[in-house]
Amino acid sequence: MERNLTHIALFAALIAVLGLIPRIDLAAGVPITAQSLGVMLCGTVLGARRGALAVLVFLALVAAGLPLLSGGRGGIGVFAGPSVGFLLGFPVAAFVAGWVMERTTLATGVAAWAASVIGGIGVLYVFGIAGMAVVLDTTLAEAALLALAFLPGDLLKTVIAGLVTQGLARMRPASLMSRA
Amino acid sequence: MLTLTSPVEIWAHRLPAGGKLLALALATTGLFALSAPLPMALALAAAAALFASGGPGLARTGARLLWPLWPFVVVVGLWHLWSGTALDGLVVVLRLLTAVALANFVTMTTRLSDMIALFQRLARPFGVLGLSPRRLALTFALVIRFIPVMLDRLAQIAECWRARSPRRPRWRVLVPATLAALDDADRVAEALRARGGVG
Repeated sequence: MERNLTHIALFAALIAVLGLIPRIDLAAGVPITAQSLGVMLCGTVLGARRGALAVLVFLALVAAGLPLLSGGRGGIGVFAGPSVGFLLGFPVAAFVAGWVMERTTLATGVAAWAASVIGGIGVLYVFGIAGMAVVLDTTLAEAALLALAFLPGDLLKTVIAGLVTQGLARMRPASLMSRA
Repeated sequence: MLTLTSPVEIWAHRLPAGGKLLALALATTGLFALSAPLPMALALAAAAALFASGGPGLARTGARLLWPLWPFVVVVGLWHLWSGTALDGLVVVLRLLTAVALANFVTMTTRLSDMIALFQRLARPFGVLGLSPRRLALTFALVIRFIPVMLDRLAQIAECWRARSPRRPRWRVLVPATLAALDDADRVAEALRARGGVG
């Protein structure tokens, strides 16, 4: 019980930390924030249930008024803004990424990359696009066009999520709760 | 860590958090029911009046919190101008600004402790599922405590990298950083168990 609770808490903190570092250049010259990378890692490292709970804890603290979203945003206001769909999709994305990770028998790195693409892009974009369409009163196609701007950065993040998960598996095989 | 709660105490700080959230939910639902520019502009004016009632400092912070929305305002504005539906675009932009401003007002006038106490109260019915208010409070406290710890650790790892390599530390620092988070989680779990567990 204690281990579940502390892993959920520490990974919620990790999502926050990844969003707070000012646009760390993960790869040469691409200005992206690493927040959704944290969501992917929650799924691929902690597994479906714990990963989703970690993201929910993070969102609860954002809603409570801590400026933990990238760019120092936070409060209930972000849930009324255009990115509400992405925020609500975060826990589902982590859950799906973790679910894929738990079930596939692929090599860890490939599995984590695939899980991140399915959860962190496939599932997340469905929520994100629907959210933008509602808040900005556009059609789904127009909203999808807007979301396209984030796609290159997010694809890069899925690769990094795969590499980081693989690195963890290599250094400390027992640490991947999604594969335990 | 700094919260978004306004340090300037105004009348709204004294209202109960649950009531403010309920009013906010109703107001936001109402905003989506409006579709004409004039009532929407009046709604934004009402939101502005709320901020103004808290004095110039609060109003300035409130305006600054709306700033990250500008790319969306530009995109929606241009799109509606181009498609010849400028009035519809105006409604969308006004609704967006009003909804976010009202929500920010609630955040700015509610202390973090009040908000977390409300979450704990709301979690009480889920106690049977293992989500006890005590565990929830402990989890929140752990997250808040470990954010600065992990930020420091990440900076240290990046420094170590720079001491060894002329190249810039990129995503590779994330492996030791994540590993450290996992190790911390194990240690904190042991420490909690040694002190009687989470109950």
